[in-house]
Order: sequence, then C-alpha cells, then structure tokens
Amino acid sequence: MAEPISDLIRQMWLIRHTEVALLDLFSQGRVRGTVHTCQGQEACAVGVLSALNKDTDILFSNHRGHGHYLAYSADVKGLVAEVLGLPSGVCQGIGGSQHLQYKNFYTNGIQGAGVAITVGMALAEQYKGNNVVAVPFIGDGTFGEGAIYEAFNLAALWRAPVMFVVEFNHYAQSTSSYMQHAGDLRTRASSFGIPVTVIDGMDVLQVRAAATEIAASVRAGKGPAMLFLETYRLGPHSKGDDFRDKDEIEHHRKRDPLILSQHLISAQDYADIKQQTASEVQQIITELLA
Amino acid sequence: MKTTYLESLQQALHQVMADDPRVLVLGEDILDPYGGAFKVTKGLSTHYPQRVLATPISESAIVGLATGMALRGFRPVAEIMFGDFMALVADQLLNSASKFALMYQDKVSVPLVVRTPMGGGRGYGPTHSQCLEKMFLGIPGLKVVCPSILHNPGQLLRQSIINDDGPVLFIEYKNLYSQPLSVPKTVRVTTIGEQFPLVVAQNSDEKPDVIILSYGGLSESLLQLMPYLADEEIYVRVILPSLLSTTLDSAIVTDYIAGCHNILVTDNNTPGYGWVSETVCSLRQYASLRNANICTLTAADTVVPAAQRLEDEALVTAAKLEQTIYRMLS
Repeated sequence: MAEPISDLIRQMWLIRHTEVALLDLFSQGRVRGTVHTCQGQEACAVGVLSALNKDTDILFSNHRGHGHYLAYSADVKGLVAEVLGLPSGVCQGIGGSQHLQYKNFYTNGIQGAGVAITVGMALAEQYKGNNVVAVPFIGDGTFGEGAIYEAFNLAALWRAPVMFVVEFNHYAQSTSSYMQHAGDLRTRASSFGIPVTVIDGMDVLQVRAAATEIAASVRAGKGPAMLFLETYRLGPHSKGDDFRDKDEIEHHRKRDPLILSQHLISAQDYADIKQQTASEVQQIITELLA
Repeated sequence: MKTTYLESLQQALHQVMADDPRVLVLGEDILDPYGGAFKVTKGLSTHYPQRVLATPISESAIVGLATGMALRGFRPVAEIMFGDFMALVADQLLNSASKFALMYQDKVSVPLVVRTPMGGGRGYGPTHSQCLEKMFLGIPGLKVVCPSILHNPGQLLRQSIINDDGPVLFIEYKNLYSQPLSVPKTVRVTTIGEQFPLVVAQNSDEKPDVIILSYGGLSESLLQLMPYLADEEIYVRVILPSLLSTTLDSAIVTDYIAGCHNILVTDNNTPGYGWVSETVCSLRQYASLRNANICTLTAADTVVPAAQRLEDEALVTAAKLEQTIYRMLS
C-alpha cells in the first residue's frame, strides 16, 4: 500500500527540521565531531524508502545517512540522542552521526566497503529463501572507490537482489564531481550488466515510482539494478565551510524537493505538516536537553 | 600415516560444513578439482556445491560479502589465497567487520572467519612470503588465531567457525601444511586452555635452561631442535599460544615462565612493532622476570627474497634458533 503523498511530505519535513536543528545544536557547541546533512536530498531518502518493505528489506547507508535513517525508522529521538552522545541514542552514543544501526538498517563512515557488505547480506537472505531487497546508498564521490566495482561485479555475476541507489549530489566534500570522475557515472554499472535508471532525485513521486518498479524487478529475481538519482546537496559537506558558487546553490535551491512537493497537497495541509513536524522535532530536542 | 596440518584443516572444513548449514566457504580458485591454491578446501565444492563460492580476484569484496553474510546469520569462511593479500582486505576487517559489534552496541555479530596462509620457505619471493599478522594485532574486536604444528589445527579452525562470534583472522603457515602432526617421543606436550589453547612442549623433565615463546610456522624448526638439544643436555620449554591477539595469561607466566633466567621470544615477522615486541613488553611487567635475560629473534628488516640462500639469510631458521640459544647460554 503506497503511503499518501502527505506522509511523504511529512517525512521530508521531519528530516529537514531534524537536520536544521542538528546544525543549530552543533553551532551551540552541543554536538561533538561532525554532522553531514542531506538537505536537498530528502526526496531520495523518502522516495526510496516508501518503495521498500521496511520490515524485511535491508538498508546500508553512509556518512550522510540521517535522511535514510529517519525515512526508515522515523526515530528522531534515537537519532538526535545519538548525535548528542546520550545513552538513549540508537547506538548509545558510540556511533554518533555516521554509525547507526537499527533493525535492518546499517550505516558506516567508510566509503565503498558497505556496498560489498550489502551484496553479502542480499545473497544471505536470498540463500535463506527470503524475498528481500538490499539497498546500499552511495554518492557520486563513492565512485572513486575501487571496492564498489568488485561489489558490482559480484552482485551481477551472482544475481544478488540488490537495488543500488546513487545520490548524485555533484560534490564529494568540497570537490566537484566533474573534477574527480572521467566519463559518465550513469553508464558505469551498465558495463557489469546492471541496468541503470536515471531519475530526477528532487521529485519524490518520481523517485518513489522508479524505486517501486526497480524493487519489484529485483524482488522478482531479475538481478541487481541501479537507481541513479540526480540531486543536489543544498547544505555544506558538514558544519560550515562551503566554497561553492552561490549562484549555483541558489539555482538548485529553486528545485528544493520541499518546494517541488508543495503543489502536491493543499496549501493548508502543507503548512500544517511543516508546522507540526517542526514542533515535533523541537519538543524532542527540548526533552533530550532537559 | 599421521594426519598432516593440511589434512587436519581439510577434515575440519568438511566436518563443520556437514554439521552446520550456516557455514559457507568462499574464495579464489577453491572449486574442485583444483581445490584451492594450497588444497585446504579440496573436496568441499563436490560435497557442498551450493555452499562453496568461487570468487573473482577481489579480496576486498570476498571479505565484504562474507561480512554481510555473517551479519545475516551465516558463518562464512573466506579464504585469502596468500597472507600478503590481506593488505587488500585490511579496510573490510578493520573498519567494518571488527567494528560492527562494538560500535552498534552488540546488536549485531559478525561470525566471520578469514583464513590465510602466511610465511616463506617456499621461494615465492617478496609479495608471497610475508608474515603480516602484526598488521592485524591490536585491533579491538578482531581475534587473530594461528595453530602451530603442536596444536590440533582443525580443532582450532572448528572453534573459530562454530564457537566464536567473530570475526577471526585464522593464520595458517605454509611451511606446516605438509607436516605430520606427530611429536617426537622425547618431547612432552601439555595443552592448556579451552577454545584457543596454548601448548607447552618440553624436551626434558629437568628445569629448563631456556624458555622459548613462539607460534605458528617456527614450531616446525623448534620441534626439530628439541630432541637434538636434549642430547646436548640443553633443556628447553617451548610455549606456543594459538591466540595471538591477546597477551599471555598471568597464570602461564607464573606457572611456566617465572623462575627461568633465559627467555627467547621469536617469530618470522620483520623486527619490531609486532607479537614479539608486545610479548616482551608484557613479560617486562612481571616483577618475577625483572632480572631475566629476555632475547628476541625475528626475520631481517627487509623483503623475503626468492632465492633459497637469500631467503635463509632473511628468515629465522632452525640454525639461527640454535645459534641464538647457544649464545644465550654461553
């Protein structure tokens, strides 16, 4: 059963408010280490997760994983507590922002390694006879890691039930994708026989539709496939330093998934969702800091 | 014919696959009739074709996939053809497999065994002869296990696969594969401990003149030397742990080391920053050993050459062990 559109918007706002709050907490000196936010990429997380079976499917996220985590679990409290280093955090403060684990959801702060691990998990579930789709989330920066090509090869060779999700956000930390990668990233997986679907990652309905179709194919045993989402990181890599061209950011800001989704429901419903999720996040943070 | 080190490992793999359907084996060139570069996996793919996976030359992915399988309830055994290739596996073991249980607060476990052969003596040269276990010691969450010729290698492998929640790096020594697991009549062996036992071997009931601490591949040379040294009335006690990633238990130091003046700590790694230096460091902390003469013997600080004469110069050999023992006693 597809979730109503208002639920998708609600989840995207929950992610956005949570991450804005985390950055705010960081600037107040309440967060140690670092926070990588996914502002601008909420439609990727929410669209993909809305196409999966959250009870059985497997997710392996990365250093920019808050959105994936919240779209999977809706556990704002566990995430914020984890980032704040509190015992009530989802990994009791050991993991922090980049190392989360909850049910079938895993993250790690290492680029590329998780892709092979996800292929292994997919094969394990397939071997057990479980009809599961395993999803590693990677960014365009991760295409610089050799480990992913070993994983692509084995996934295709052994027909692992994997849906690779690429969030092409144009930057690896401070370096533009075009300064790092030769050729077209969209075509790389195809050479392993992995079909690639390129979609506008700012449009949550398009993401959901494509992810639903690909997941069904993977689930039906047709082998791994890749969902390649064109998106943009509206915020800095982590807390501050952002030397990207302001006009470029402003250009993409017009395509903020939260703006693009505005017309999908009534103005009143949209305003209510925005307001309710803001209060929800604020209340959780107030309780955690009390 | 006595069972060899290799046969013991082969038999253990067959037995664990028969006993536990969660065991999967993956690695390069492991299918029959080839059966693996060193034949440890021989026969497995014929008996369990669905559970033995021949991989491409992708060491990082072999261990990555095996980690994923372990996270989801299997007990995978990954073979890395040469220990030297562990460098290609390092990220997966260090930053994923050994981290998960600790950083996810024991909500997951990774019962993974990575098997690999280390060591020289076969003329394979600089990138196929190294002892790289030192690179994997001191990693929280990762056990490093290595059977000597006086251990039951198959039993240790079985313990690693079935009875440990892992991950375990299981080091085999190439020079031991063809060796029978037999002990000269004049050598008395005591096995201490349960899961990953330590072996104490003596060439006499007399008080030892020298205590030798080592593991793995050098056990072959030490076992050869022991009857010969006894004839020379040099009494030695050889202590061979199988779990390298933990320093010696204090009870072992009290019961088997304290009281002997001469202690030799030796392995075939390059000098420093490894099992030998860590063992010496731990022994130095015992007041009972304050005045002991603790010596070390390791391979040379260079690559392992291919030519026999040069390889013998670089590595610890029975002759060098003998000379060192004589020098300590002179």
